[in-house]
Amino acid sequence: MAYGIRLYIQGERALFTRPEMKVERVSYDVITPSAARGILEAIHWKPAIRWVVDSIQVLKPIRFESIRRNEVGGKLSAASVGKAIKAGRADGLVSYVEEDRQQRATTLLRDVAYVIGAHFELTDKAGAEDNIGKHLDIFNRRARKGQCFQAPCLGTREFPASFELLEDGGEQPVPHDSLRGERDLGWMLHDIDFASDMTPYFFRARMLDGLVAVPPMGDGEVRS
Amino acid sequence: MSAIANRYEFVYLFDVTNGNPNGDPDAGNMPRLDPETNQGLVTDVALKRKIRNYTALEKEGEPGYTIYMQEKSVLNNQHKQAYTALGIEPEAKKLPKDEAKARELTAWMCKNFFDVRTFGAVMTTEVNAGQVRGPVQIAFASSIDPVVPQEISITRVAVTNERDLEKERTMGRKHILPYGLYRVHGFISAKLAERTGFSEDDLALLWRALTNLFEHDHSAARGEMAARKLIVFKHDHPMGNAPAHHLFEKIKVERVDGQVDTPARSFADYRVDIDRESVPTGVTLTEMF
Repeated sequence: MAYGIRLYIQGERALFTRPEMKVERVSYDVITPSAARGILEAIHWKPAIRWVVDSIQVLKPIRFESIRRNEVGGKLSAASVGKAIKAGRADGLVSYVEEDRQQRATTLLRDVAYVIGAHFELTDKAGAEDNIGKHLDIFNRRARKGQCFQAPCLGTREFPASFELLEDGGEQPVPHDSLRGERDLGWMLHDIDFASDMTPYFFRARMLDGLVAVPPMGDGEVRS
Repeated sequence: MSAIANRYEFVYLFDVTNGNPNGDPDAGNMPRLDPETNQGLVTDVALKRKIRNYTALEKEGEPGYTIYMQEKSVLNNQHKQAYTALGIEPEAKKLPKDEAKARELTAWMCKNFFDVRTFGAVMTTEVNAGQVRGPVQIAFASSIDPVVPQEISITRVAVTNERDLEKERTMGRKHILPYGLYRVHGFISAKLAERTGFSEDDLALLWRALTNLFEHDHSAARGEMAARKLIVFKHDHPMGNAPAHHLFEKIKVERVDGQVDTPARSFADYRVDIDRESVPTGVTLTEMF
């Protein structure tokens, strides 16, 4: 792959929620391809390109921590907003947190660092002026300077990610010794297909010396 | 009211004396601790709550500054404002109907509600435009040093129930930290501000809120909390001019010399070093206070 990139990301805490444990959130052991794509898109994305995550290198031991927070249960209802617009006033449209209080625990990851290996493909929205070299240059330039569209996060926005571009021929980060050997991480979310009504796709994640190879989306290993 | 055109990061220091900055529901309302390091924690949502409360107090009933997620304890006199007089009519573009509708709703919410414009909100619509990602992102605050919570037993000379009359008094408990200095990092994205209309005025209000965050939040549980430092990094470029973590590293908070192994009991026991010299070009460091 002549146009792949490698990005080093790290942070204090991370939360890649398992879809089957969303209320009292429990994180996957490692970052999902979907979350990795989100981080790349926070640095550079245009409708003309589609990021594809090829590999995830885990660098630090997998450690969990639990935290419980007061959250609200409901969401904003579109109907009531519509009513407020018709009435032309906003004062009746508020939500009282005490009436909708939920205490939820979150099991999150502590002190994570990964190397995301990825490349991008051009989509059918790409115009004549879009070419791979251009977008690759933009991404590399931004990642080198620390520029981003929004601060990328590790799963949820309260856990910011700091990122650095790994140049070819530069120093390679070494995974922690505890990650040696093969580990089966079970079925893990690959990504969500937004084109076909938000269908989630899963793959069997295997970690070999800290490296998770991510099969491409059309592959037989990826199932919905 | 145009959106802000710069990316910002900020470092915010606040402290607590003989109080509980953020109780942990899992530990009987003891101050939150990081189990691995014993540093104190204050969650992002706790700080956002205080920012909302400050805004609700300062901008009481002012159109465009309504707070969607309200606490009953924040007394808001529902001023009967004619919002229509402001001409709040979002311009929906020619889009498919449901999406245009959703955009219209979110645009209107952003225009009227400060917290939706700042932190974002989730609306129950089928289309993606029903989600607002706010420009302001706040991480967890953690204390510089490990903190030691103390449990204080208190007595009350009155009783609640008549059947307890013989007891004469009841006991209660309070958890406090003798002292803790907390540091928190925040991020503001210019590009997301464009989408929600988060303006320079809103930004000034956010800085004011952080400056006076604890002045209107006194309570028996909190003890004495105070905002100590707010250092803002302003990037010339909307995308930013330097990695955020490099900027955060310019600010070191350490114990003053000769005290390293003693417990800290006031802000004077800490020294904040700001390395102004090595701030990258294109980034302006402002010490708000």
